[in-house]
Amino acid sequence: MQVDKENWSLIIEPHEKWWNLRIKEIWSYRELVLIFVRRDIVAVYKQTILGPLWFFLAPIFTVVAYNFVFGSIAGMSTDGIPGPVFYLSGTTLWNYFSTCFTATSNTFTDNAAIFGKVYFPRMIAPIATVISTLFKFGVQLLMFFSLVAYYMFFTDSNLEITKWAWLFPLLVIMMGGLALGVGIILSAMTTKYRDLKNFIGFGVTLLMYVSPVIYPVSAVPDSYKWFVKFNPISPIIEAFRLGFTGVGTVDAIDLVYSGAFISVILLIGVILFHRVERTFMDTV
Amino acid sequence: MSNTIISVENLSKQYRLGMVGSGTLREDLVGWWYKVRGKEDPYLKLGETNTRDAKAGSDYVWALKDVNFEVKQGEVLGIIGKNGAGKSTLLKLLSRVTAPTTGCIKAKGRIASLLEVGTGFHPELTGKENVYLNGSIMGMRREEITRKLDEIIDFAGVERYIDTPVKRYSSGMYVRLAFAVAAHLEPEILIVDEVLAVGDAEFQKKAIGKMEDVSSGQGRTVLFVSHNMKAVSTMCSRTLLMEDGSIAFNGNTDEAVDRYLSLGGVQNDLLRFEEDLPDNDTLIKLHYSKIIIPESGVIKTSNVIPIEVKLSFSEPIDFFHLNMHVWTASEIHLFEASTEAIKIAKGDVKTFTFFIPKWLLNESQYFCVFNFVIDKSRVIYKTPRVLRFSVVESLEDNGLLWYGRTYGVLSVKVDSTIS
Repeated sequence: MQVDKENWSLIIEPHEKWWNLRIKEIWSYRELVLIFVRRDIVAVYKQTILGPLWFFLAPIFTVVAYNFVFGSIAGMSTDGIPGPVFYLSGTTLWNYFSTCFTATSNTFTDNAAIFGKVYFPRMIAPIATVISTLFKFGVQLLMFFSLVAYYMFFTDSNLEITKWAWLFPLLVIMMGGLALGVGIILSAMTTKYRDLKNFIGFGVTLLMYVSPVIYPVSAVPDSYKWFVKFNPISPIIEAFRLGFTGVGTVDAIDLVYSGAFISVILLIGVILFHRVERTFMDTV
Repeated sequence: MSNTIISVENLSKQYRLGMVGSGTLREDLVGWWYKVRGKEDPYLKLGETNTRDAKAGSDYVWALKDVNFEVKQGEVLGIIGKNGAGKSTLLKLLSRVTAPTTGCIKAKGRIASLLEVGTGFHPELTGKENVYLNGSIMGMRREEITRKLDEIIDFAGVERYIDTPVKRYSSGMYVRLAFAVAAHLEPEILIVDEVLAVGDAEFQKKAIGKMEDVSSGQGRTVLFVSHNMKAVSTMCSRTLLMEDGSIAFNGNTDEAVDRYLSLGGVQNDLLRFEEDLPDNDTLIKLHYSKIIIPESGVIKTSNVIPIEVKLSFSEPIDFFHLNMHVWTASEIHLFEASTEAIKIAKGDVKTFTFFIPKWLLNESQYFCVFNFVIDKSRVIYKTPRVLRFSVVESLEDNGLLWYGRTYGVLSVKVDSTIS
């Protein structure tokens, strides 16, 4: 019997060590991630003919509104680049973050039906969300690139593509990682504290105002700069702008700081999430 | 080496009734702030007064308490019990939907559960897309699904609609497709919960056949939870009977099923014997009417049902016979029967017994009315509905080739020939 005990391939116990994050198990379910991603995209396509069109309409109206309010009325700086390009560069990345964040923070409530019946690593669901949102992001990105191309070739604007553009994939991964990290922290907390849900919506809005989405870091008064610099989102957006419009206030240290910040958030998120996923069905 | 594939040790699961935690961040923060300043948490205090309350003992409930059992490789283990006995909780723990409070489960190999088939089905996706989605959620590899796709579609019998979104499927097709995926999972341990409640007869046969294949042909282990006693007794060699969160019986299936039917409380309250009757004609006194209950404690469709009536007579009668009418609880007058007419002497005490043949009454509730008849035609007294009883479905084969309930007022075994 002693030998036999070592043959168990699965042992279900009340508690697990907090450092056992089951990364290997998540990796073994990678096919499920792809299938979830496919489901999300296909389902959006099939539901309405207008479905994908909304991906365009929403940012267009947003940019028009920003251009009017912050550009024309408030007269805020756009670092010398054309208003529409400036605002679209900010909102494209920002929308990716906020969509991922809002969706992943609802992981447990949105998936309660599936989670209640079948076991698979729960992390699969938010990971799939972050990846499938890339599709919507891609559509908006295409729009942004078209706009940049238009201004570069048909107007005498000072836009230029710099070598920072090579960092683009990394920037997207950082943005997704941050959204995932913060999202799963909140999803773990909302299973216990329902009232946090009220905070998420306006928290996202607040966060946008302390991120350089509608203003460049260069326009922030020196006494407040530390505050914007503390925000890990700032270097990502500024680096993106520097890459595709040629203007931005960022250096390598800022990005390293941002990367470190995101890694810590992700680690905390995974640990918290893992603690909650085992028994959350009892409390939903 | 032992061939135990699942070992459940001292497994318990506690649920807390009502709110879990204080529920709001504000209350917890206030509590924490009070604690930091060395004061008592105002919310905790509230809780403590509550626990001194008489009702407080029921704040926590053990859905499972110290459950121990083992399952051997290739065994089909039935799990039965009333609603709330802990079956579902046990399955949830086995399928890792939630974690136990104490104790542990050890298993060898993949556990796949069909707590409810069709998990994750998305209405907008086609049948084929859902097969991939559902299969992956259940832990199948993509190439494994591709390999079995034709077999799955064939098993479900939805070939024509496989590229149609499942929202256009009938509920039967939906369930068949869902079960087909599950049936092709090939886990080492399969948990099946009440799938037989859905689907038509043909499909049920397929499903049970598949489960038998899985267990005997491929040596896999199946845990089968059902309220369908006939299916349980056909398929399971051993059965756990659960009661109030613990195992009340673990062993031979027939015994477990009999215990379930008699102790289960399902039928008990319907077996009523009205022995003290209102005084009738002083000429004839009705002592009692009763059914001779078989040893198992329940009357099954495969039992002869003996009904005994004891009467005493104060006057002699030339011709007396007892006439019985059987009605269903839904007021259908089924049949009548009479004893032979006999000569009664003064002071006689007689016991009359009717034998309702086996394979006649279907699973339902019935009542009897008795007539006292003299001179072969004159009814001198008609009793009220004195005797109520219920019949449950037998596990014996009734020649119907399926495991669902038998339809109709009667459950008759009819011979047939084919030429």
